[in-house]
Amino acid sequence: MLKPAEHTITAKNLTKTFGDFTAVDAITFEVKKGEIFGFLGANGAGKTTAIKMLCGLSSPSSGEANIAGFDIYKQPEDIKKNIGYMSQHFSLYGDLTVEENIRFYAGIYGLKSTEIKERSVALIKELGLENYAKRFVAELPLGWKQKLAFSIAIIHNPKIVFLDEPTSGVDPITRRQFWGMIYSAAAKGITVFVTTHYLDEAEYCDRVSIMVDGEMRDLDTPTALRTKYNLPTMNDVFLHMAVRSKRSE
Amino acid sequence: MVEFHNINKSYGENEAVKDVSFSVGEGELFGLIGPDGAGKSTLFRILTTVLLADSGNVLFNGKDVVADYKYIRENVGYMPGKFSLYQDLSVTENLKFFATIFNTTIDENYELIKDIYQQLEPFGNRKAGALSGGMKQKLALSCALIHKPKVLVLDEPTFGVDAVSRKEFWDMLKSLKAKGVTILVSTPYMDEAELCDRIALIQKGRILDINTPKGIVEQFERQLFIVSNVAIYPALQALENNPATQNAYSFGQEIHVYADEITSANAIKQVLENGGLKNPEVSVGTPNIEDCFMDLMVRGNLEESAHA
Repeated sequence: MLKPAEHTITAKNLTKTFGDFTAVDAITFEVKKGEIFGFLGANGAGKTTAIKMLCGLSSPSSGEANIAGFDIYKQPEDIKKNIGYMSQHFSLYGDLTVEENIRFYAGIYGLKSTEIKERSVALIKELGLENYAKRFVAELPLGWKQKLAFSIAIIHNPKIVFLDEPTSGVDPITRRQFWGMIYSAAAKGITVFVTTHYLDEAEYCDRVSIMVDGEMRDLDTPTALRTKYNLPTMNDVFLHMAVRSKRSE
Repeated sequence: MVEFHNINKSYGENEAVKDVSFSVGEGELFGLIGPDGAGKSTLFRILTTVLLADSGNVLFNGKDVVADYKYIRENVGYMPGKFSLYQDLSVTENLKFFATIFNTTIDENYELIKDIYQQLEPFGNRKAGALSGGMKQKLALSCALIHKPKVLVLDEPTFGVDAVSRKEFWDMLKSLKAKGVTILVSTPYMDEAELCDRIALIQKGRILDINTPKGIVEQFERQLFIVSNVAIYPALQALENNPATQNAYSFGQEIHVYADEITSANAIKQVLENGGLKNPEVSVGTPNIEDCFMDLMVRGNLEESAHA
């Protein structure tokens, strides 16, 4: 049944338990090709556990899912080859140069060496990093690092890119430029799956889901959610839903 | 009560803090607002005697943080950005440890931490490393307060914390302030600026402005227009293509345009319609702290982007 044509992610009753604790509780949803999908939830709501399953890093306890055309149980390695991932915490190697990071990740993602050269030059130009190509990534300001990390996460043209709090701590102008990059990736057909604590960014998503206590409590366009709860912003919607969390930290 | 005078600090070639001066009054809740790498932690570490400035000096109650470092340590509570408690000591052991170091006991200053620590007491025997993010934060705050400091210095206490827990944390700060504690807090979240008595906006080691949140907003020098009822990304592109409206930034469902020459909403509407957008709505708006921060960044040419 889970044979997606238009959908790059389909999950049905996806569940993960650790002992008697249900971290992710039967979540069911679909994400369309080229969609920007916001994945919101309070700390401890189960977001990280869910993302680990969707990336093929952690096997579900029960339920079904198809990611980028591959089965979550049988083909986790194929999933990994067809997705990109970046987070605030793990992104690039600080003691490799900009060029070396690009070459390293492009190699890991299986690009040919001629392709790597071409894309590396194009990418450095696109980001305006010509003068920094041979500098250590650790020396770059955070905003540049995050833009570079995102470009590298999609260097192999994956079907889906997972972004885990990509803009945390980034200055407000760079944060908006980063979203410009997200829009253009989505326009190229890459599905974007993104988490954030900046709730204005929830408004930039095509659809937003809200996790509470391991469950996906709601899923819709930002406009539909605001209308449904009769609240002016996504920040208010999030606070309204998340304060009713039973899972105390 | 706390005075920073012309502080400079570099790490190699990187000028982390450049000629920064400001002061914080007794009982104030003072916010240092800026992104990662702006120099916030460096300033706090110099104040709390764990880092030396290259030049300039910091005074606390008239005493120099270098010469009188013992006095500073006795009277300042510091919660660093990274979780710095002992992960394999229990909740109670951590608190006892910090109380002992400062020659006091939990009982002696219990009143100050009561509201916060009570939420942790059911987990007294749990190892600190096994606590959730929110709980760790509460324990770290309790430990920073256990010697009843005159000033509390909090480095990005809400970083990476969800909106609900952030709100809770600020409620705790408000009640500490009511008990007379002076608080210096740093944050990358611009919306938290409004909760401070006064704020310093900081970017690339330089102070952009210092004032009350209201004062900062009042000094916004351009005309702010709010665009709505448009698809955000195409509308941004249309605005950015026109030099008169190029300072356009998304704010959730809206776009804020900072204009100098254009003074009417109709002119902005025209730019959008020329860009192919149908029925845009444009009104004159009031800026928020984030608007002010971005405008000051652009004026000071302090953007991070290589394209700028």
